[in-house]
Amino acid sequence: MARSMCWHCQSEISGEYFCDRCVKVQPVSKELDYFTCMGFPRRLMIDQHQLETKFYELSRAFHPDFYQNKSAAEQTISLGNSAMLNTAYRTLRDPIERAEYLLDLEAGSVKQIRNSPPADLFEEILELQDTLNEYRAAERTSGTESTLRTKLQSERSTLERRQHDMEAALQQLFVQWDALQDREEATDQARAERNRILKQMRESLSNRTYVKNIVNDLISTIG
Amino acid sequence: MARIVGIDLGTTNSLVAYMDMGTPRVIAGRNERNMVPSVVAMTDNGLIVGDPAKEHLTRNPARTVYSVKRFMGKSLEDVQGELTYFPYTLTEQGGVIRFKLGEKTYSPPQISAMILKELKLRAETHLGESITKAVITVPAYFNDSQRQATKDAGMIAGLEVLRIINEPTAASLAYGLQEKTQGTIAVYDLGGGTFDFSILKLKNGIFEVLATNGDTHLGGDDFDRLIADLLIKEVRERHGLDLHAYPDHMQAVRLEAERTKIRLSDVPKTMATLDLPDGKGRFTRELTRDQLESLTMGLIERTLAPCRNALKDAELTPDRIDEVVLVGGSTRMPLVRQRVQELFGKTPHCELNPDEVVALGAAVQADILSGGTTDMLLLDVTPLSLGIETMGGVMSSVIRRNTTIPASAKEMFTTYVDGQTGVDIHILQGERELAKDNRSLARFRLKVPPLPAGVPRIEVTFLIDANGILNVLAKDMRTGQSQSIEVKPSYGLSDSEVEHMIEDSFKFAADDVSARKLIEARLDADALITTTEKSLLEGGHLIASDHIAATRAALVALTAAKDGTDPRAIRARMADLEQAAQLLTVTLLNDSLTKGLQGKKVSEVM
Repeated sequence: MARSMCWHCQSEISGEYFCDRCVKVQPVSKELDYFTCMGFPRRLMIDQHQLETKFYELSRAFHPDFYQNKSAAEQTISLGNSAMLNTAYRTLRDPIERAEYLLDLEAGSVKQIRNSPPADLFEEILELQDTLNEYRAAERTSGTESTLRTKLQSERSTLERRQHDMEAALQQLFVQWDALQDREEATDQARAERNRILKQMRESLSNRTYVKNIVNDLISTIG
Repeated sequence: MARIVGIDLGTTNSLVAYMDMGTPRVIAGRNERNMVPSVVAMTDNGLIVGDPAKEHLTRNPARTVYSVKRFMGKSLEDVQGELTYFPYTLTEQGGVIRFKLGEKTYSPPQISAMILKELKLRAETHLGESITKAVITVPAYFNDSQRQATKDAGMIAGLEVLRIINEPTAASLAYGLQEKTQGTIAVYDLGGGTFDFSILKLKNGIFEVLATNGDTHLGGDDFDRLIADLLIKEVRERHGLDLHAYPDHMQAVRLEAERTKIRLSDVPKTMATLDLPDGKGRFTRELTRDQLESLTMGLIERTLAPCRNALKDAELTPDRIDEVVLVGGSTRMPLVRQRVQELFGKTPHCELNPDEVVALGAAVQADILSGGTTDMLLLDVTPLSLGIETMGGVMSSVIRRNTTIPASAKEMFTTYVDGQTGVDIHILQGERELAKDNRSLARFRLKVPPLPAGVPRIEVTFLIDANGILNVLAKDMRTGQSQSIEVKPSYGLSDSEVEHMIEDSFKFAADDVSARKLIEARLDADALITTTEKSLLEGGHLIASDHIAATRAALVALTAAKDGTDPRAIRARMADLEQAAQLLTVTLLNDSLTKGLQGKKVSEVM
């Protein structure tokens, strides 16, 4: 953590979130990323158990429940820090959100959900949309309805398999990313590798989100 | 730090508890009952609360408020569908419901404040100290307006509400303290008016809520209503009487329905009995548990959907739940227990009294806040998604439901027209797509410097605090200046209204106390005058005439003081009279003892 001054006693702080001298809680800097905030390196494979332990530990340090008898300034910091901690934990806990956040940090915003199907799924998705429309228009309990329903159900398992495959591919990219970071190389080759992984990750994340939305739509339609 | 009490402000009953050397305890009233019925009656002698007010339900239904919790943070339109069930007159003023009791109107927070004051007094009497701080529980599924209304009620009652805490999570604290449980637990909380279901992970003293769901309009009241409707229908069929025309009898039906339901939790069949109006005699009807169950099965089924939704949000299946805890009086119904057991495949816990466990948990949370308990920490969630209305009347989610609180999110706003000086923001809460289908929390206008379109950048921070209550802050990113935002709640009292009610409340509190003292002093004086006069009649011949004269003089003085309005003067003259009549009293006592002993053997007396 960068060295800074305690807001209360103005002494230099070297510790994490509390002033060494006056023991007052310090606001978590807005520039601090969630990985650093939680004490983790910028890696995509995170030990869930360790993350949870850290979350509980910091919750005990920051939660407003423990600041009732403290000054208004400290209560405000406690509230802000807790809110930030909760966001950090929620983001890092989910592998997909974690990857999206990392992409955001490394290469700018990615939360662009694509509105056209990925190329290799194009025809499949178009056909599915037709079936869905037919199903919605079909009379309840009619023969057509049950045929379409069976079709949609098989479509659903296909897509869920696709989603699963995409997540497995993402997992591979996560491992590659972490390995690259661990090597700490500053060569052109490493930089090219970094850009390739980020690009593929961006592509896979957006395809996966697209497929997931379709699956959700399917589930809510056929129940 | 001053003591903090825990309060369960319930639909049907309310309780106050405190932490006594590491054990939470409910404080009983003078009548030795732990529960204060959440009923407020306006009588000719003023407002009364609790058990005495409950007696007015049938005596004076139009001026006796019950189930006020159902109206907290609501507009009249919200409750339109059930107005026919309530005998009191409701109006609306500034988006807030008002109860018309006699000449005056009262908002739901004011009525709730009267119940809170009763609990406050109860705690003060028991603990022998002034109580000014409290933790108050609310249904987990309460929205922002309902939470805010509860906080307002506390303020009006002269309580600083240090924390609003969710009822099922409070219950889990009480259980956790007792059992030192670890693992995933589910709390099924079916109270008088609301239903909540929460899933928590308990680990090393941390109580992390994973998901919560519920229905703020589903509880014991609804069960009673179904039974009452059945009885009303049968009275009409059998006697040609429409009880709806008799508000006092409607209340009697409601109370008998509740009693019948309660009895059927213990016995397979029971008699419901009603006195009919206009001297038409009495209506009786046998009701079996089976009949009750087929009548209320639909309501019980309705509780299962929120359970499934919460499980889905927590990404859990029922078999992954280690323990299920039952909370709320309505979970005493055997069919409720059976359905919960079927859903989770395990016997639910009900070791702690389901009526008291929420208040006990509130006391635990109060102890955490005062620094007494340091090993436990509750991490709760916001039950409903928070969002803003965007173009086309669609809700855009800013903080998703089941996000751990405190939670914050930032949104950037700009202008669409050159020189535009304000941006209107509409804050919503709910899970529906369209803004109009969700709960409107507040509207406000963001002030923007007049600049070309798209240039201003105003960052708005939405912060949900540990009470689940929203705070909004805005900052102009160009100048770095923060602006305070006057958020006008859509369905709540404004700050100035609350302040006004607090003032009123203190004024009345002082009036109430002195009025009560005067009434009590007069009653006691009357009793003393009567007994003294009787003594004079019986024993006047036994003592010297100067004593008689002094006693008569003191009697006259007390009678005069009693006509005055100073309770202290009455008490002083009462002391004088007791003093003056002492010889008479003692003489009479001895005389009666002597008479009693005459003609008896020593062995009979000993």
